[in-house]
Amino acid sequence: MTVLLVATLAVPALGALAAALLPDRTGRVVGTVAAALAFLASVALAFGREPGGTGAIRPWHQLDVPWAPALDLRFHLGVDGISWPLVVLTTLLTLLCCGYTVWRVPVPGVDRPGVDPGGPAEEARPDDRGRYLVALLLAIEVGILGVFESLDLVLFFVFFEIVLLPMYAVIAVWGGPRRRAAATKFVLYTLFGSVLLLAGVFVVVAGAGTADLVTLTQRGGAGLGHGTQVVAFALLALAFAVKSPLWPLHTWLPDAHTEAPTVGSVILAGVLLKMGTYGLLRVAVGTVPGGARTLAPLLGVLATAAILIGALVCLRQTELKRLIAYSSVGHMGFVLLGIATLSATGFQAALVGNIAHGLLTGLLFFLAGALKDRAHTGELDRLGGLREVAPGLAGLLAFAAIGSLGLPGLAGFWGELFTVYAAVRHGGPLWMVLAVLAAVGGALAAAYFLRLLRRVTHGPAVNAVVGLRPTALAGAELVAWSPLVLLALAVGLAPSLVLALTAAPVHALVTAVTP
Amino acid sequence: MSVQAIDQVALLPAYLAAVTAVAAFVTDLVVPGRRGPVLSVAALGTVATAVAAGIVGAGPRRGTFCTAGGVLPGGVHVGTSCSYVADHTGALVAVAFCAVALAVLGLSVPALRARVAPSGEYTFLVLASLTGGVVLGYSRDLITLVIALETLTLPLYVLVGLRRRTRADDVRGPRDAAAGSVTFFAVSVVSTAVTLLGAALLYGLTGAVHLDRLAAALAHRDDLRHVPLTAAAVLLILVGLAFKVAAVPFHGWAPATYDGAPLPVAAYLSTASKLGGIVALLYVGVDALRPWLDVAGPLFAVLAVATMTVGNLTALRQVRMVRLLAFSSVAQAGYLIAPLGALAAPAGREPAALRVIVAGTLGYTIFYLLLELGAFAGVVALRGADGGGELAEYRGVGRARPVVGAALALALVGLAGLPPGLAGLFAKVTVVRATLAGGAAWLAVVIGLNAVVGLAYYLRVVVQLYRPGEPAPAPRVPVTVGVVLAAVTAAAVVVGFAPQLVLDAAALF
Repeated sequence: MTVLLVATLAVPALGALAAALLPDRTGRVVGTVAAALAFLASVALAFGREPGGTGAIRPWHQLDVPWAPALDLRFHLGVDGISWPLVVLTTLLTLLCCGYTVWRVPVPGVDRPGVDPGGPAEEARPDDRGRYLVALLLAIEVGILGVFESLDLVLFFVFFEIVLLPMYAVIAVWGGPRRRAAATKFVLYTLFGSVLLLAGVFVVVAGAGTADLVTLTQRGGAGLGHGTQVVAFALLALAFAVKSPLWPLHTWLPDAHTEAPTVGSVILAGVLLKMGTYGLLRVAVGTVPGGARTLAPLLGVLATAAILIGALVCLRQTELKRLIAYSSVGHMGFVLLGIATLSATGFQAALVGNIAHGLLTGLLFFLAGALKDRAHTGELDRLGGLREVAPGLAGLLAFAAIGSLGLPGLAGFWGELFTVYAAVRHGGPLWMVLAVLAAVGGALAAAYFLRLLRRVTHGPAVNAVVGLRPTALAGAELVAWSPLVLLALAVGLAPSLVLALTAAPVHALVTAVTP
Repeated sequence: MSVQAIDQVALLPAYLAAVTAVAAFVTDLVVPGRRGPVLSVAALGTVATAVAAGIVGAGPRRGTFCTAGGVLPGGVHVGTSCSYVADHTGALVAVAFCAVALAVLGLSVPALRARVAPSGEYTFLVLASLTGGVVLGYSRDLITLVIALETLTLPLYVLVGLRRRTRADDVRGPRDAAAGSVTFFAVSVVSTAVTLLGAALLYGLTGAVHLDRLAAALAHRDDLRHVPLTAAAVLLILVGLAFKVAAVPFHGWAPATYDGAPLPVAAYLSTASKLGGIVALLYVGVDALRPWLDVAGPLFAVLAVATMTVGNLTALRQVRMVRLLAFSSVAQAGYLIAPLGALAAPAGREPAALRVIVAGTLGYTIFYLLLELGAFAGVVALRGADGGGELAEYRGVGRARPVVGAALALALVGLAGLPPGLAGLFAKVTVVRATLAGGAAWLAVVIGLNAVVGLAYYLRVVVQLYRPGEPAPAPRVPVTVGVVLAAVTAAAVVVGFAPQLVLDAAALF
């Protein structure tokens, strides 16, 4: 089964090379086949699983070979119940995005006079660079999967960095009119996060003398002084807060999500942000729990602020993708609040919230992209009456929005409910207040998503929507979206699908990090 | 003192380097006007020097020009000390210098073909400088070290100024070259004087010039702690050496000099000169002045922070390729010294941490040499005998010439410390790890913030390469440039996947 673990990284890596080197259409198809194989390999990881060892992390399968001893770097991979759902979410979304790209290649952005002085005016036209987009998506997949599968801190950092430039290229080449600024902001901001991660990683490694996540989590911070733990946690938490993102470090996100092409937004929101929350849970809380306990209240306050501010900003947004982007800030706020409670319930809530957000926001970005492609605008003022013109699209949008606002029975509900519950259970006046505020934020989410639906789907059809073509959904779109719809329903109706997997490893983690 | 037997085997690499220089010069006299024979002799001699250094280094440690033990002023007993020692460290430094010189000679072909500089003299000067580098690695007293360093630098004054007018409209070229040469010369002479003053003061205080004797004297003589002059001497000698790596505030010469010089000379300055500086700083700062690391450490920390910050911020505003690379190499010098900055804290001076710090410094140096040579090789492959030119001239080059463009982009992104070139990533990891081994988390964070600024301008160049545009037709580039580019890029890719190779080499130090 170790072969499968390596395959999840090697297959997309080879696929990326093949896609970049082959002619356009063939390259895209071969890349998609690689994404499909990686997806199958990641699903197959769940079979024949035997939790290894009795430590705080019990990987189902693992591979551990030395790489560069002088850097404390081992090629140590493994999956367990915490990482596997995210691994599968990543391979699924990448497969859907690659498949979507086979069907429709986004048009590379244009240098317009004024926006880009000195450049020759270029016409917006599809070209043969679709294969590069597929190659970059696969390269991003390698990085994200590596992050979720690493059981070595330095290796974790290496994969964390791999994602940066491919995502920069996706935004900078295929993005909207302000793509360059957005891409630069994204890459500099997130690099800022990852250099803090590097510093944090080596504070831990220098103090503990090992970079092995299993050992470090098992020790629960023993051997590291309290001061070191606080410094390390602060560095690591800052790094992951940029990625997640956590208010007030979130400002790269709306621009990047808005300017990115549809598939870029889906990957960004769907799985890239999860690198932050996963890292916070597994690396920051796992290795320096003492620091986490000291700084958890601060993290909780910021997370709650993110929930409220995200929701309030959403209420004022006038652009579809920007609204969805800001809603991510709020949703990730719930996930971070769950982690900040440092309790089993909170961790479970965070992991379910991660999956739900990946499914629903991925779907929302797909739908927003489809709508913008058809109506040529994302301004809420210029949309309206979608229900009458394109009922299929309107129905799916309503489904995704309602799921995202946390209606019981859909995926978004459980993460938020358990988070608030975990905060209440944590006790103390501070956490009670945070729980109440988070609940208010949840209610505000309902307000802005319903506002979105009222503006876009209801009312009389306005010009942009009347001229919307095609009104029906293409087969490729249905194929790309239906897995997300079905999984959102499945996780909503039976959250135990995820909870059953995460329960044991979360319990082990909580035991290890509780003094 | 008595004159002792000289171990000729230990001196073999130095002899070979010097003989190669003379042989290349003579070859040019015998077959005038032909580049092939001169460069072939130079390349063969350089390889022979590297092989000899490797073989001698693999054997037992050989010291020569030794002085018998005795008692230094202040009653410090010392054993036999040698001025010239052939050991692993020296061999590593010699091989590194040979590799750099070989690559630079390969990159020089377009410039020599365009008659920017006369082949014989040019090759002789590069090899003379190489001889200085080889001796530097083996030198174990302050006098030999300074002389080796000057032998390394002296030919460069001439090389920088050796730029003939190749086109009628190229009025600026030779004038810039002369200006660069004079700037370089003036600053260099002042810095050498400062180093020598420091060395003289140290000799006056301790009566020692050998690195090991200085360390012994400084360790045993607590009375020197109360002499303010000792701290002044320590600071002076290190400040003078910092010039060689173009550390702020001694970086002013670098951009003008790089930009005025022919491209391969700029490549040599930013690699060999830096390697020489860092080796000298390690020998003097860490070996000889080890008991005074509490004074040297804070100096290194200040130099490192100032150098990387100023270099990166200034690089942001550059519009000429070579100036951008010059300021970027100033910033890189900051990263090179950064691990030594961790010596400021007592935790960094523990023996275990010290080893990691020195290995980290040297490991980063090796990664840096590869990536910097790759960047310059890419620029030479794109520009031929011309200078680096404006950044705007690189627009669309990556699309027109995908292979060279990709190699240049890989090197630049590597210098920024990011994948896909894992070499750059591991270089960054090496530095941060070494810094944190000394417990200097603040310094690691400063390095990180600088990496963010650095990415901004490296990315600007890379983006420029791939923007739509009509690049100028590519100059015809000789095969040697392609070979150097391919070899350096391949080496960078290999050490990206096997960083342990570099770190093992660095651990030999």
